[in-house]
Amino acid sequence: MKIGCNDKVILDQWHPISSVDVLQIGDIHNTVLLDTDISYQLDVNGDALAWLLFDNSKTLLPIRIFYGFLWVSLGTPPEFLFPFPEFDEPDRRNVATGVFGVNVSAGRTIENFLDMGHFPYVHSGILGEEPHTEVKEYDVEVSEERDEVLATSCKFYQPQAAVSSMEGMDVDYIYRVPHINCALLYKSSPVDEARLDVIIIFVQPMGEEWVRAHTGMCIIDDDSTAKEIRQFQQTIFGQDKPILENQYPKKLPLDSRIETPIRADKSAISYRRWLSKKGLQYGVIPSAI
Amino acid sequence: MLDDLKKIWYPIASSSDLPKRHVYHAQLLGREFAVWRADDGNVNVWENRCLHRGVRLSIGINEGTELRCQYHGWRYANRTAGCTYIPAHPADAPSRTICNNTYPMKEFMGMVWSGEETFGDPTYFENFDEFTVLRPIPINANFDLVKELVKSKYDKLNYLCKDEVNGAFSVTFERSETILFFVQPQDSNLSVLRGVANKALEGAKKISFLKMHNQILQNSRQEIEKISKTMKNNPMIAQISNVSVELSELPEKSEKNRQANLRVMVSEKIKTAEGIVSIKFEALDGQLPTFQPGAHIDLHLQSGLIRQYSLVNGPGETNFYNIGVKLEEESAGGSSYIHNNLRVGDVLACSTPRNNFPLRRDSVKTIFVAGGIGLTPLLAMAQALNVMNLNYEFHYFVKNAKHIAFSSILEKSKDKVFIHEGFSPSLTVEKLSRILSKRQKSMNLYVCGPGPMLEATRRVASELSWPDKSIHFEYFKNNNEIDDSSCFEIELARSALTLNVPSGKSVLEVLRENGIDLPSSCEQGACGTCKVNVIEGEVDHQDVYLNDSEKLEGNIMMTCVSRALSNRLILDI
Repeated sequence: MKIGCNDKVILDQWHPISSVDVLQIGDIHNTVLLDTDISYQLDVNGDALAWLLFDNSKTLLPIRIFYGFLWVSLGTPPEFLFPFPEFDEPDRRNVATGVFGVNVSAGRTIENFLDMGHFPYVHSGILGEEPHTEVKEYDVEVSEERDEVLATSCKFYQPQAAVSSMEGMDVDYIYRVPHINCALLYKSSPVDEARLDVIIIFVQPMGEEWVRAHTGMCIIDDDSTAKEIRQFQQTIFGQDKPILENQYPKKLPLDSRIETPIRADKSAISYRRWLSKKGLQYGVIPSAI
Repeated sequence: MLDDLKKIWYPIASSSDLPKRHVYHAQLLGREFAVWRADDGNVNVWENRCLHRGVRLSIGINEGTELRCQYHGWRYANRTAGCTYIPAHPADAPSRTICNNTYPMKEFMGMVWSGEETFGDPTYFENFDEFTVLRPIPINANFDLVKELVKSKYDKLNYLCKDEVNGAFSVTFERSETILFFVQPQDSNLSVLRGVANKALEGAKKISFLKMHNQILQNSRQEIEKISKTMKNNPMIAQISNVSVELSELPEKSEKNRQANLRVMVSEKIKTAEGIVSIKFEALDGQLPTFQPGAHIDLHLQSGLIRQYSLVNGPGETNFYNIGVKLEEESAGGSSYIHNNLRVGDVLACSTPRNNFPLRRDSVKTIFVAGGIGLTPLLAMAQALNVMNLNYEFHYFVKNAKHIAFSSILEKSKDKVFIHEGFSPSLTVEKLSRILSKRQKSMNLYVCGPGPMLEATRRVASELSWPDKSIHFEYFKNNNEIDDSSCFEIELARSALTLNVPSGKSVLEVLRENGIDLPSSCEQGACGTCKVNVIEGEVDHQDVYLNDSEKLEGNIMMTCVSRALSNRLILDI
């Protein structure tokens, strides 16, 4: 029985390993978490179980179902995961939009999710379009109480903001990072102006430079099929993946001297400082101090 | 050991690996390079990492004069590797100190050579004026092993093998044909074997020659890799060099005062129009710093005068600075000195380029209005938009055809350039009304020219409801008479200092006298270099840099000419 990681900060987290909707009762699956081989299944009662793959005694690991996903810990996890109240609103559709293997650290994956400046270049014609490249000033705070990074009043020009509109317009975004490897994006709903659609990314660190990104949407939309929703998300992620895999170093630099931020990177800077303060070592280049 | 290897020049690519607009991914001693040839032929060897978020520049786009990063569209200039544009902040000029790491480069014998810390010049081999480059062979093995085994392969074939400098070796064949071999250590277990023969071969002869050696080398590759499998070497780790502390933090603007830290030589002086000369400067040594469209330099003339001139250069034209100088009838000695006395070969001091007239590149369309010599900064901007395929109209007002300057540059974008000759002031206003009437959202207007024309353009644009923030202008000089009779107090918020500004002295002068180093350039309220933020107090604006709404807001002032209407100003210094 061997755990391939000794960073307590990351060991004590809940980590996503699968969306529940793809599991069949009784089937045993293997995956890797923090350089450690694990197995998991839904047993005949529908209860989730997980154990280390090479552990003959099959000692059970902490495992829970939150927000449509299985979460496992290799250490001592907190009792609850971060709040995500929209998940339980009755008129919303929760769609798991796919899991993507990416050869990069979890931190780089989250940072890409928080980034608006790349929309016109990486998601050209969908989330942005040249020459509308400006990232306008926005607000970032790190909430002590909720222990999360929050970016608000984010605006970015989107060429076709809604299916019904022919013109581009500024779209409002809110970003939450309530977990080292998880982020949620809130975006005005094309169906109901007063409410926000949520796009989620929960990253499973298989190794320090190797992740699976579990994605999903929690939206107010009766028209689109689940397939259409998945296809959209998969197009977007498919465009990000080659960029992420060409980042060097692959680990997220918490050492500020490695890269050059600009004002548009305020949320990324706050995220890096927040991770630094937690003392995270796994998948990052720690701050030199 | 690794440190010694870093000093050696190695071939890192064949010249044929760099076709037009391609970016080649090379590696040496564990370090990755992005290698690209600009349209002017210059080969750039850069660290393969955008300084912003670490994305490989080898997946970037070679635009001929600049390399664009795929992730956020940052643009880096040919030669200097300086960042010229950050699209996320289109209204700002990027800090010119953002510069990628570059490595030395030589191109000879059909190969591109580089090294991390090369010492002196590379060794040029005799009798290789003519050459044929062999197909490079990548081998999963240590470079020492590759050398040893390839040599013994040719030895067994009874050819004469000889060691050359820096780990190279040569193989000589019967008819005095020689192949030089170089083993490029990509990593401890990854090498590229590069050979070059001292004979220019063509056609079928070349093909059979290349085929023969390719076969010999492919065979030895298989043998070498079989042996190498049993050996273990730790990979080489390329150190990530730190960016400066200044660059590692969210940006703040700080530049030195009127310093002339560059030495340049006049390399070309030609008459480009009636009363206008085009002058090119080259660096005395090293590389000229990066500039952005709209930037100007302070030229320190031998006569002791300091003058500002906008750069005309297009993107990527980084091996010279090009300015246009009009002979002013009432010249105080600046333009007449340049016209009459300055010669090719003269050395002058100048400042690094400064950009207080940055170009937004997020407009659906940009309108340029140039009057006379005011075309110079706008010409640099138009060329930048050309490269990016962005939409613009360039209106150039001149006295008559003889006064059209830089026509060869204008020629390149004929369909976007409109030249208006011999318009009277009233006709000019009429024309401007027509040009500016087609305003849509997200359009920007850039104006530069003589004072009255500039005023007219601003007025017309304003009447046609162009918002202040979409009208960008640059005056040559401040024609306002400066009233410096007031006296007031300034409080410096960050330095916790209170100073008195007496009549007859500018805020800038008082700051300097008290050891506060503020950058400045024109020192007459036209260029915007000496601006500071005002926290409290009412400003007596006397400059021509700020627009009316900025003046009304009163958050910024030009310390060289503007003063206080209130008794006290609190400045963010």
